[in-house]
Amino acid sequence: MSWLRRSARLKKEWRHDPEALMLKRHFRELSVAAALGILLLFLAVAAPAFYQAQPLLSLLTREAPTLVVACGMALVIISRQIDISVGSQFAVCSVCAGLLAALKWPPFLVLPASIAIGALMGAINGTLVAGLRLPSIVVTLATMVTWREGLRWLRQGEFVNLPDGVQWLGLSQANGQRALIITALVVLVLMALAMKHLSAGRFVHAVGSDAEAARLAGIRPQLVTFSTFVLIGAFTGFAAMMNIAQSPQVDPKSGTGLELKTIAAVVVGGVAISGGRGTLWGVFAGLLLLACISPALTHLHIEAYWEKAIQGAIILLAVVADGLRTRSEKR
Amino acid sequence: MTKSFGAVRALKGVSFDLRPGEVHALLGENGAGKSTLIKVVTGAHQPDGGTIEIGGCQVAHLTPASAHELGISCIYQQPALFPALTVAENIALRLEPATVGRRVNWPERRARAQKLLLRIGAAIDADTEVRRLSMPEQQLVEIACALGAGARIVIMDEPTASLTQKEQHLLFSVVRDLRASGVGVIYISHRLEEIFALADRVTVLRDGESVGTNKVDDMNEASLIKLMVGREVSQLYPPGDAAPREVVLSLKNLGCAASGVRNVTLNVRAGEIVGLAGLVGAGRTELARILFGLTPADEGELLLNGQRLTINSPPEAVAHGIAYVPEDRRRHGVILEMPIAANITLAIHQRLFPGAWLRLGAERQLALDYIRDLDIKAYGPEAPGGALSGGNQQKIALARWLATKPKLLILDEPTQGVDVGAKSEIHKIIRHLAKEGLAVLMISSDLPEVLGMSDRIAVMRGGTITALLPGGSLAHDVMAAALGQAEKGVAA
Repeated sequence: MSWLRRSARLKKEWRHDPEALMLKRHFRELSVAAALGILLLFLAVAAPAFYQAQPLLSLLTREAPTLVVACGMALVIISRQIDISVGSQFAVCSVCAGLLAALKWPPFLVLPASIAIGALMGAINGTLVAGLRLPSIVVTLATMVTWREGLRWLRQGEFVNLPDGVQWLGLSQANGQRALIITALVVLVLMALAMKHLSAGRFVHAVGSDAEAARLAGIRPQLVTFSTFVLIGAFTGFAAMMNIAQSPQVDPKSGTGLELKTIAAVVVGGVAISGGRGTLWGVFAGLLLLACISPALTHLHIEAYWEKAIQGAIILLAVVADGLRTRSEKR
Repeated sequence: MTKSFGAVRALKGVSFDLRPGEVHALLGENGAGKSTLIKVVTGAHQPDGGTIEIGGCQVAHLTPASAHELGISCIYQQPALFPALTVAENIALRLEPATVGRRVNWPERRARAQKLLLRIGAAIDADTEVRRLSMPEQQLVEIACALGAGARIVIMDEPTASLTQKEQHLLFSVVRDLRASGVGVIYISHRLEEIFALADRVTVLRDGESVGTNKVDDMNEASLIKLMVGREVSQLYPPGDAAPREVVLSLKNLGCAASGVRNVTLNVRAGEIVGLAGLVGAGRTELARILFGLTPADEGELLLNGQRLTINSPPEAVAHGIAYVPEDRRRHGVILEMPIAANITLAIHQRLFPGAWLRLGAERQLALDYIRDLDIKAYGPEAPGGALSGGNQQKIALARWLATKPKLLILDEPTQGVDVGAKSEIHKIIRHLAKEGLAVLMISSDLPEVLGMSDRIAVMRGGTITALLPGGSLAHDVMAAALGQAEKGVAA
């Protein structure tokens, strides 16, 4: 039984060693990063074609708007809410931005307009959730359907043709792609810094952990909740602009399934669905991991049908890991 | 019937017996172990030792379900009914076997419910939805359920807390009928007059021990109160500072209809600890919540440093220098997922971080200072709040509010669930803070703590302050005031 005693001793030391603590606290982020690393290493050996510059660049460009929305989603989920209307918001913003661009508005005016429209839709969600204290899943389910169907009714599924100079922001394709990827990364870095270094980030964590405790500490939980919904709306508007810059037309059905993609990235990235815990680095790793599955399958000559199944398995694994962890912490 | 239990922490070798056809009152101050005893009897808790016998047979493993089968019913202060269902459905849920595929005989269900209600003299239509019933009516439905289940033992936990005089009399006659029909009733109440009106015998619990079972006829109010509090102040409390200073908080006829607090008049001076005593439900926490802006006052005056204020939200209270360390710290005092440092600075972001940019170095230093000053046992400011013991969590909650540099510190049950060592440390800290000129309002259900720590003691009952006693008063006097047995307004 000596090993038992030793493991008990180890565990005690583990608890008191600050470095071990860092490891333990960021265990979920690190394990997602490790999984991503293993996948990338495996692909380097088994399918080096994955690393061809152009397909990789296209992949990252496609995921860039998703990353921006996922940043907002992380915020909302950390504050213990959820927003499933982002896909519809994304479509509305894309179409509106496209129409404005077609009216020959310059991009530096279309971008703030798109952000403002997104923020407005976010403010509607925020008012209903924070002001009337309705459950966010129901509120955003309603707005999801409303925006999507409203758009369909207004536009009859018509594509918006964009004038020249919108696609790739007037740059060459490769440069445009790089610009979009860099933009998304800048948003990620700024948000990660804000979450760590701004009071607001703290408050989001506090409200997500325990809204009543936060209220008793002098924080206004309803204001925090409202702000996160406005922010995710603004981010969605920004992402929509990044999206329409990728093609000559705006598809009114764009953004379909965006809520699932972003929530999946957030959950896989280690943000607790019960609120209060998570980092944007984890979300980044989670997003990349899920995004790499499809091209990996192509390169490994596995049928593409497996993509969703594998993604589902990863999400399930993440949720089960969180569940087990919470249970062991409670003990 | 005999029930005896061994060493449960909250219950130390209590023996209790209930005869058929008697009303046995259970009495004791907050935390004396009444609820624990009830939970053991209803099977919600397992005793760590001792035995339970019902009708002469020893019951090895009592679960809520088997307790139900054995005819034990419990009626809580807050009726546990389904508000959206009708009375008949609620009664049926308790009485009919829970089989999924069974057909429901609606007329029979209704008829039985109506018959049971009639038996206890309740004028309630069985088709009414429960949410339309008043609190006492819901209690009557609970009693009807108990009767219908053929209960042999009925437990009533402060059933009259929310009843009017008339409803009480109705309830009493129902209880007397139960007794006459051979049911044993365990009756818990803080109201001594009810015990004298109703009970045959009374058992007093104190600190998880039974201090005696007596015939009610042999007792009077004074001897009961003596039994409840009769313990020596075994701990040493840090001595106070006699010199009174300026009044920090002054309340004049303060009240809030929503939380049932009315007509509270109280002064708290700098350097003074005012203990707020009273039984659960007397309105102490509610008063604290008014002062902190959680449920704003709607009548009377609140003066802070001579300035008349209205406080409508916690941020306003914080801005005015009011700090509130809430009870139930695991849920509301400390954010368990956050590191100690973040927990401590949570209420002072505006002051510590102007411009909203966190200076993590300054935060860490502040946390280290408090960890040292309050002797918080943790390996560092990065440790999450959830990793600490109760006493250390309480110190963090305290540190958070001290960091706001308050003028008035409201403590709600500051040492609840804290071990003895940490408790006396917290006492020393509180006394030290008072000496530094803080006005402290301390809510506590721990009677020795109130007596030992307070410079003055305000006793609350029924949402208002019924007595102001000097520090070092006798436990007997405080308890008597809390139970409503003393004359009003002894000035201090």
